[in-house]
Amino acid sequence: MPALDVQAKLAILADAAKYDASCASSGTSKRHSQGRSKGIGSTEGMGICHAYAPDGRCISLLKILLTNSCIFDCAYCINRKSSNVRRARFTVEEVVALTLNFYKRNYIEGLFLSSGIIRSPDYTMEQLVRVARDLRTVHGFRGYIHLKTIPDAAPELIEAAGRWADRLSINIEMPTDAGLSAFAPEKDGARIRGAMGSLRGHIDEAKDATKRFRSAPRYAPAGQSTQMIVGADATRDSDIVATASGLYSRYRLRRVYYSAFSPIPDASSSLPPVRPPLVREHRLYQADWLMRFYGFAATEVQAATDDGWLPLDVDPKTAWALKHRELFPLDVNAAPREALLRVPGLGVRAVDAILKARRWRRLRLEDLARLTRSVDKVRAFLIADGWRPTALSDRLDLRGRLAVPARQLDLFAA
Amino acid sequence: MRVVTLDHPADFDGWRTAARALAAADVPAHEVTWQVAGDTGDLLATAAEPPPAAPARFSVPRTFVDLAESVVCHSDPARFGLLYRALLRLRETPRLLEDKADPLVDRLEALRRSVARDIHKMRAFVRFREVTEEDGARFVAWFEPDHHIVRRNAGFFVRRFSTMRWSILTPEVCALWDGETLDFTPGATKTDAPDGDAVEATWRTYYASTFNPARLKVKAMLKEMPKKYWRNMPETALVPALIAAAGTRTEAMIEAGAPAPHAQSLAELAAAAKACTRCPLHGPATQTVFGEGPADAPLMFVGEQPGDQEDLAGRPFVGPAGQMFDKALAAAGVARATAYITNAVKHFKFEPRGKRRIHQTPQTPEIKACGVWLAAERAQLRPKLIVALGATAARAVLGRAVTIGKTRGQPVPLDDGSELWVTIHPSYLLRIEDPEAARAEYDRFVADLAQIRERLGALA
Repeated sequence: MPALDVQAKLAILADAAKYDASCASSGTSKRHSQGRSKGIGSTEGMGICHAYAPDGRCISLLKILLTNSCIFDCAYCINRKSSNVRRARFTVEEVVALTLNFYKRNYIEGLFLSSGIIRSPDYTMEQLVRVARDLRTVHGFRGYIHLKTIPDAAPELIEAAGRWADRLSINIEMPTDAGLSAFAPEKDGARIRGAMGSLRGHIDEAKDATKRFRSAPRYAPAGQSTQMIVGADATRDSDIVATASGLYSRYRLRRVYYSAFSPIPDASSSLPPVRPPLVREHRLYQADWLMRFYGFAATEVQAATDDGWLPLDVDPKTAWALKHRELFPLDVNAAPREALLRVPGLGVRAVDAILKARRWRRLRLEDLARLTRSVDKVRAFLIADGWRPTALSDRLDLRGRLAVPARQLDLFAA
Repeated sequence: MRVVTLDHPADFDGWRTAARALAAADVPAHEVTWQVAGDTGDLLATAAEPPPAAPARFSVPRTFVDLAESVVCHSDPARFGLLYRALLRLRETPRLLEDKADPLVDRLEALRRSVARDIHKMRAFVRFREVTEEDGARFVAWFEPDHHIVRRNAGFFVRRFSTMRWSILTPEVCALWDGETLDFTPGATKTDAPDGDAVEATWRTYYASTFNPARLKVKAMLKEMPKKYWRNMPETALVPALIAAAGTRTEAMIEAGAPAPHAQSLAELAAAAKACTRCPLHGPATQTVFGEGPADAPLMFVGEQPGDQEDLAGRPFVGPAGQMFDKALAAAGVARATAYITNAVKHFKFEPRGKRRIHQTPQTPEIKACGVWLAAERAQLRPKLIVALGATAARAVLGRAVTIGKTRGQPVPLDDGSELWVTIHPSYLLRIEDPEAARAEYDRFVADLAQIRERLGALA
């Protein structure tokens, strides 16, 4: 086989990396290059999406694998040992050069580097760390770096990874241990969780140290995240929600990504060759938001499910509200923040704006129209000055009126 | 009528100085006309009274200064006047901005959001192209913002690219950085910017490769990357072709489904099938019930699907129908241990009713999904003769529906040189209520099996 040039390798190794949903470049420490004699790059808190692919996903980082060769045989993965895909491998220098060339042209915020496992977990992790270290120390790169962490790698390598990277992530892969052992026989759920636990230890420790000493070394200032594949096995949404909630509380993850299982070329014979369940994935993200920003407990999100499944026709908050009609309508001029956050259609920003605005005036429906994006939806659940939705909230067809046609998020909707 | 002429379209300092003096003199908002130097202003107004010169100081909340700095960048000609109206009201109501339900605050917020988005999109979509000048490399971009944001946004590019020399050219004003100082020069045209960069081909490769055609969501892309930006981004030329091909690429992956498993033996196949989720039947079922028998068996029986007891035991044909099958095999003189026995569908399909699980006939999607396993079993085993027990099995082997009555008792040649014999499924015998008829059907089934035994002997 002829040697591949960088562009041909990029085609293979970007394709191999695209099933990882994470693209975030937010939430790291602020830094810039002004006044510096060398180096390049900045991070200002909010990440930037430099382009969007036709799959609607943001392109913020150069997301690639160092190599797609792998000694593991995880059924859901395009790079598994038994797959017939073409293999390629970047050198450390090639990844460094690509990152810098893209960054200088303002194509990306930084690098998200992962890899198939070659030779040993330690060897692979060492290569990943070398890329990050060279970017930081040799080239003074101050952009964003996300490194995939290999759970079985030696502790000193994980330590080094956190020194150079903004974010580390270990994928939990499947929502349950049973799913993991069925699809990824070489992976071990307990070991993955152990590695997440030790990452949390490092991150907490470093945060604590930077509070006391300004010069304390940073450790993954953008924290850790994970991803699980949805729809490859029979795990129900309620179990996924429980797993995610456990991950957030035990390991203080910044994000849990849900990746709808997507057909891949040369797929494993044990997986469903079906379209990815994109609407389900969307509902899971909404459920995730309810737990992180809206004060819902995992059990409350589970209460919004029908027999463990989140409805596809309405969002989880609406589903929850329809099952708790006795709590509505709420008086928008009196209800506390926690209660307003439970109103379908009211986001965190709208609730805060309502709280501030009602110090100045009694809110009417037309005021709500200025404060929210969806007055048609929220008015079924709210009492305002001059507005009482009695007729609406008791109507049996309320669900039908709030439901979106399932086609709206359909695959080929343009 | 007072006229204020500002130095440039986003001249915040000019607006602040004038607004302060006007407010101190209690000039009402409708008596002030705001214009920008160089614009074709209101000719009547230019003749009117200039703003009062005496600078007066009074304080406004920091949040208002932030808002105003942003809003002056908007392209709406009313922006200066709206800000001045807000300033006058702030003197009476210092916390006015908290009331987002106020129509003026709402309008200013909308302007601010629009400017913030434009600033963000400029940071995202500016594309530098490298050019070589006498004294080294310079990175040059052409960008067309909606609002007057270049001055306000230049700092971002300085902080990020301070060790590069760069220029951002726009129709209204250009920002130039030489590594130490930032300059603003008059507007340029697209032809002043370079028309390509060697790295762009690599970037386009990345853009095309990171796209997953199975997740096409064009609306989501357009919401964040509207077409107006496309003409200055090197990767967007690929979008129409990527969208056009997405359907076919996805269909191809789904059609190809999963290829035959890479297994070296029947045992490896059975192990791989344990984790099968190709159809939804794996959810409620207990386990995959794979075929069993000698790896060199010349005879292969294919049933429909495991039943209640097979599902629990994990082995085919062990329930009531299996016992009937064993009895008939013995009567026909076929030793079960010499044959390979499997099912068209390898998970039990049922409907729970109380404490019982009622058998349901598998349908095309399940038969198709499970077909790879049957094909793989056949490929490993290479039997001389395959017996389809019942219509579902016959359909799974042939890929089309056949009538048992018409096909039983004669061989159907198969593509790989083997032959198929079709007969009834033994569970059929359990469902016949009339004992006479059941007896006759049983005899006929035994006769079929005996004929198959003879045919196998002749083939050997």
